[in-house]
Amino acid sequence: MSTPTWTNPVVRWIDYRLPIFTMMQHELHEYPTPRNLNYWWNFGSLAGVVLVIMIASGIVLAMHYTPHVDHAFVSVERIMRDVNYGWLIRYLHMNGGSIFFICIYIHLFRGLYYGSYKAPRELLWMIGVLIILAMMATAFMGYVLPWGQMSFWGATVITNLFSAIPLIGESIVSWLWGGFSVDNPTLNRFFSLHYLLPFVIFALVFVHLWALHTHGSSNPTGVGIKGPRDSIPFHPYYTIKDAFGLCVMMLIFLSFVFYAPNFFGEPDNYIEANPLSTPAHIVPEWYLLPFYAIVRAFTADFWLYLPVSWLISAKVAGVLAMFASILILLLLPWLDTSRVRSARFRPVYRIFFWIFLIDCLVLGYVGAKPPEGWLVTLGQFGTFWYFAHFVLVMPLVGWLERPKPLPDSIAAAVTASGQGKEASHA
Amino acid sequence: MHKALVTTVTAAYFAVAVIATGTAVAAEGLKAPVQEWSFNGPFGTFDRPALRRGLQVYREVCSACHSLNLVAFRHLGGVGFRDEEVVAIASAYEVEDGPDDDGEMFTRAGKASDFFPSPFPNVQAARAANGGAAPPDLSLMTKARKSGPDYVYGLLTGYTDAPADFKLMDGLYYNTYFPGHQIAMGPPLTDGSVEFPDGTQATVQKMSSDLVTFLAWAAEPELEARKRLGVKVLLFLLVLTGLMYALKRKIWSDLH
Repeated sequence: MSTPTWTNPVVRWIDYRLPIFTMMQHELHEYPTPRNLNYWWNFGSLAGVVLVIMIASGIVLAMHYTPHVDHAFVSVERIMRDVNYGWLIRYLHMNGGSIFFICIYIHLFRGLYYGSYKAPRELLWMIGVLIILAMMATAFMGYVLPWGQMSFWGATVITNLFSAIPLIGESIVSWLWGGFSVDNPTLNRFFSLHYLLPFVIFALVFVHLWALHTHGSSNPTGVGIKGPRDSIPFHPYYTIKDAFGLCVMMLIFLSFVFYAPNFFGEPDNYIEANPLSTPAHIVPEWYLLPFYAIVRAFTADFWLYLPVSWLISAKVAGVLAMFASILILLLLPWLDTSRVRSARFRPVYRIFFWIFLIDCLVLGYVGAKPPEGWLVTLGQFGTFWYFAHFVLVMPLVGWLERPKPLPDSIAAAVTASGQGKEASHA
Repeated sequence: MHKALVTTVTAAYFAVAVIATGTAVAAEGLKAPVQEWSFNGPFGTFDRPALRRGLQVYREVCSACHSLNLVAFRHLGGVGFRDEEVVAIASAYEVEDGPDDDGEMFTRAGKASDFFPSPFPNVQAARAANGGAAPPDLSLMTKARKSGPDYVYGLLTGYTDAPADFKLMDGLYYNTYFPGHQIAMGPPLTDGSVEFPDGTQATVQKMSSDLVTFLAWAAEPELEARKRLGVKVLLFLLVLTGLMYALKRKIWSDLH
């Protein structure tokens, strides 16, 4: 990776003072990347593109939107009806949120399957967890802005969770609201923060990429790059692979935008917010449903809560569990005790990975339903398993499992099976 | 792994669909039967004669109680109403304007730029005139209910006598598809409620389906433009995706 010599005098002049072309040459062109990355490795860059789409469409929406309880709902409808291509921009933004979370969740589970969080990529992983947290906060506040029924009541339910904090809970909720209920000051600050946080996410993504480029991508074998035969330059191999993946994602994304734009939404949000009329079922957006299920699992008679019932209320326990369910991901690099990175060579962990994935889907399903009957039990067991997976399964399986033999190198793995499983379809 | 990816994406696609449908059934009770609508499907458009008849039903029946706040007369130009027709429809309404130079509010004939006026000056008046239940605005009705067009059609045609064991509260009506079955709105349509100038028989079913077409347009006036643009964009993307795939194979071929 020597400093390239530039022939174009303008480029040379700039690069001598600000080596931006050298940086691009190193980080996008030469950047040595494992030759065996499969399509699950596309979703990081896809999420990055969606973030840019969200920021671009969001900036245009903000030009036409009015953050006031009397005008917010109508101003969104004016965007839909009277602003040129306003419906397109708004539907892109609305569905883009869901597509963003789909990309990020696939990206996250890819990391879980292939052990991408292991040394030396712990910080890379932890920054990713922070990005998810920031995304959830951004999405939650963005959903409030159209000021529909679900906006208002979702905001009321979620902000009320903070009232569970002993002693200062009520004060914190008033402080969040800027008053004594979700009202105009709440809408104003949510709009302000919804505009701010995406740029925080953008900065975090930059740091995420910085950490990524320090040790490079992991790969499906989990064996690091050992020699020149293991890696290929990022450009043109992965630029074209990412471009193809991007086209496929846009096909799916835009199918929703043009033909099922309200698929991910709740019909209730096309009713203007009315503080005097509570909807029958208040549900958050789909990507928050598993966490909603966890917070609701903590009823007074939940066996996981009983050991701490003398200390805190069930509501506090639920809120703590909800935050813990995401924050526990920060500890994953140390909870996983296995020396082997990829689940491909971990026969026992691989089974538990799929069980965990199903558990998350079950929690999402429970979160969408009214908490009644057997669904409460299912949600409670799902919650127990969610935490058990990290606290019990990850350390124990790491200690007890006998991993399959690892290939000597990426190149050996790729050539061993003829053209190699990963490469043959590529 | 490649196959697993395709399988997972497909499975997720259908799982979401199944969950979404399941939620709808649980929340709404009885689901209104699915109807064939002119605006369904990727190439759907609003049936123009039905939309005109639906507007007539709204103006002559619904608008006595229900507002249509988000729709302006000029919007009708987007679905084939000529300028003179739009002006004629608008000027049939009295609209409050002002204040004038003397500081007085005054009424004038409606203009194309005006929105459909509300039947009541405020929500309190609407509630007072309707036994405590304010008639909802209809601008987004077909979007604000699950399977909106089918639901609204089901509601309009779903008035029956209450079953013998059903305790109906005073002043409420029994409706098959309304959640809880007790609705404050009496049956709004009876055969011949309006007289269509095009000679169409004004049955309750026909008036209801025409009205749903009109309300679906009112809720999604961008629908036709959206679907037209969608075809072009997706076809373009399909070709681009194919090219990208071919290029990807070409570039990667020297590695194999």
